[in-house]
Amino acid sequence: MPHPNPDIHRVQLAGDTDFAGFRDAARLHLRAGIPPGRVVWDTAEPGGDLFGDAPAPPLPQGEQRAPPRVSRAFLDTAQSVALHREPGRFRLIYQLLWRLCDEPRLMSVASDQDVMRFHDLAKAVRRDIHKMHAFLRFRDIYSPDGEAFVAWYEPDNHIVEAASPFFVKRFASLRWTILTPERSAHWTGDELLFGPGANRRQSPQGDPLEELWRSYYANIFNPARLNTDAMRAEMPKRFWKNLPEAALIPDLVAGAAARTAAMIEAAPTFPVHRRGAELPEPADAAAADAQGLPAIAAAAKACRACPLWEQATQTVPGEGPETARLMVVGEQPGDLEDIAGRPFVGPAGRIFDQALAQAGVGREGAYVTNAVKHFKFEPRGKRRIHKRPAAGEIHACLPWLEREVATVDPEVIVMLGASAAQAVLGRAVAVTRERGQPFRLPDGRWGVIATHPSYILRLQTEPEKDAAFAALVSDLKTAADLIGPSPGSPA
Amino acid sequence: MDLKSKLEILADAAKYDASCASSGGAKRDSLDRKGIGSSGGSGICHSYTPDGRCVSLLKILLTNACIYDCLYCINRSSSHVRRARFSVEEVVKLTLNFYKRNYIEGLFLSSGIIKSPDYTMEELIRVARTLREDHAFRGYIHLKLIPNADPRLLEEAGRWADRVSVNIELPKADSLEKLAPRKEIGDIRRSMGHLRGVIDEQPRHKGRSFAPAGQSTQMIVGADDANDGHILTTSAALYGGYKLKRVYYSAFSPIPDASKALPLKAAPLIRENRLYQADWLMRFYGFDVAEIVSGGEAGMLSLDMDPKLAWALKHRERFPLDVNLASREELLRVPGLGVRTVDRILSSRRVRSLRGDDLARLKVPLRKVSPFIVLPDHRPTKLLDRADLQAWLKPPSTQQLDLFAA
Repeated sequence: MPHPNPDIHRVQLAGDTDFAGFRDAARLHLRAGIPPGRVVWDTAEPGGDLFGDAPAPPLPQGEQRAPPRVSRAFLDTAQSVALHREPGRFRLIYQLLWRLCDEPRLMSVASDQDVMRFHDLAKAVRRDIHKMHAFLRFRDIYSPDGEAFVAWYEPDNHIVEAASPFFVKRFASLRWTILTPERSAHWTGDELLFGPGANRRQSPQGDPLEELWRSYYANIFNPARLNTDAMRAEMPKRFWKNLPEAALIPDLVAGAAARTAAMIEAAPTFPVHRRGAELPEPADAAAADAQGLPAIAAAAKACRACPLWEQATQTVPGEGPETARLMVVGEQPGDLEDIAGRPFVGPAGRIFDQALAQAGVGREGAYVTNAVKHFKFEPRGKRRIHKRPAAGEIHACLPWLEREVATVDPEVIVMLGASAAQAVLGRAVAVTRERGQPFRLPDGRWGVIATHPSYILRLQTEPEKDAAFAALVSDLKTAADLIGPSPGSPA
Repeated sequence: MDLKSKLEILADAAKYDASCASSGGAKRDSLDRKGIGSSGGSGICHSYTPDGRCVSLLKILLTNACIYDCLYCINRSSSHVRRARFSVEEVVKLTLNFYKRNYIEGLFLSSGIIKSPDYTMEELIRVARTLREDHAFRGYIHLKLIPNADPRLLEEAGRWADRVSVNIELPKADSLEKLAPRKEIGDIRRSMGHLRGVIDEQPRHKGRSFAPAGQSTQMIVGADDANDGHILTTSAALYGGYKLKRVYYSAFSPIPDASKALPLKAAPLIRENRLYQADWLMRFYGFDVAEIVSGGEAGMLSLDMDPKLAWALKHRERFPLDVNLASREELLRVPGLGVRTVDRILSSRRVRSLRGDDLARLKVPLRKVSPFIVLPDHRPTKLLDRADLQAWLKPPSTQQLDLFAA
């Protein structure tokens, strides 16, 4: 039927969701330079033979335009917009395409009226699909040939085809049918078929499981937190008529205040008597009782002599043979040591192991521990950033180190970095100046100061790293050479 | 006891767990027709209860019997609640029947401790394993883990579940000692650390099979004297240390048969809400705990306004910011601008300079942002100097939907 106004181009689409038809027609009309105001997009199912009187392609008017190149994301969004019930949706998409010819960066302007509207419509459609996935309820029709399910649902937009593949992925092994006023979808177990709309009376009226579902719904609700606005924002009332559980809402809301008041008024019961929280034992008392490395480690687990225990995962005790003649003291466990509960297993630990091996000492020949036995850190996003322990924390942890020294009784103690040296020597130490020179500790053991392997990790250039690593190896070797001949070996 | 009565008791007992999330699971479907279910991507809320909470999973306890006596818990051994216990088969059937009718995304199973932590953990695992192996269930499973169960059991749980969680319970370790005498903070942290270790070690490229939706935890707010600063400090350490996907805050709410050692009144729900907002500021807006807490008083967040606005009112020297020039980090600190809006602003202003009506179309709450921003057609004339700025920002309730036009 010709339109009375010859300037108006009427495009007949093959139904509400005919995006392919729209795309072809839009391309032709853009090429012909027909402005958005002169195209009418008709989505009503054509009465007669659709292909019998296909309209002639539009004749060029004014300036001809090359259809703009659009992104995949634009097409996806446009396809969603096409499913909206809004009658002007195809005109809006055409208008955007028209404008994109002159304004190629238009889609970046999120605040543009047309762009905004385009995204709003797509969002409404996606939300409608999401709500269909959420609020559709299947009912078992208890068919003689096994389970078969039927659902009645009323979407806001033309989304039945778009929403159905989700149910295929989820319920491919079942047979089911979705009825809506406009369309129906039917999964045979092999094939997804679409048909005409239906009415509610054609759908089953109940399912015995719904009683259990309502019990669950009523009991998972917490009357002390009544917040009907939040509920209605996500589950507006128009959905309630097809949700078996929604019939309970009025009574649950009405009874909530009374149930909460009853809980508060009910006399509280007295808890079983329990002794008060014990004060944490100072580390030195707990440490003094511990005999042998396993006992020291076990006692240190409960240490609360400084606040570091509270946010750390666990105490990380020293590790190595009780008969070791070389003891290496580091600063504190790092992120990975804190998780593993073992010293020197992170990146610095790997450097340390390499240096130890190059110095001719195996890790198994040394007792390895830290001055502070809890990880000190500052959270930053998804990571924990190492923080240097304070003097007070080093001091609080000292009894554990002293017990380890007394128990292992090493001949040589290597202090890696300033915190370790501070713990062993009780004074601030300039590591770069004092490293590598053996000296006698007050109790007669040999002491050697070396850089901490994590210092090497922090250096920027390879030559710097290589030099620092070589120094560490050399200092460990110095320490190893201080060990006297073992009692059994020939002098 | 019939199934309905059990369900009533064991759903009621589970409602104090805040999480019902079903997002982040492994991508699965049942197109092979061998099993049932699908998951992956964002979660789905199949219903909402009148408390405004999402119902996504069948959230139940296997049993509410418990040998522990945590004072804040309705299921503690000294409580007088009715007890019930599901069989493994009952939970499996209920999950499948609800799932086929599209009521749920899957199962969130927790339990009171019966006999021993290991025994309880084994029972929970049995449910998940039966669903996955005997019924090829591809829906979502969240298992609550028992902190001092054998690490091998924690690992097995993570093989069947999409998400696992160990509850931190309370923000401060000494409150845990007082209120949950048999739970050890050390056990809880070591379990979380162990899970992080296993998650970290998985090969990235093959798609995660161990707890693909990661781990989360829950903290009860208002059952002890911890202030918001303590709570957020603990959260920050949990996010950083164990790469948790979420920390859930649950305002202590009165429970039937409450213990005398606890506050009888519910913590205000708004406090919980403020903590969630603060948690968001830490994770997505670049704020650290000290900054967030600086907006309130004495370690507590303001209940009257959201924590970003509270912070901004105390740091007025950093405003106003020019919307067309400020960096992303700066814009994220403007009260009323969310992550999405900021990204839209950044994308739009590359093409053209933004004015007031552009912000209106981006659905920015104009009254709220106006003192903090500069636009070609807007300057906040001395608004920032007003002592009553907070009151000015709060429009009379009848006008709340009005967009500020001036």
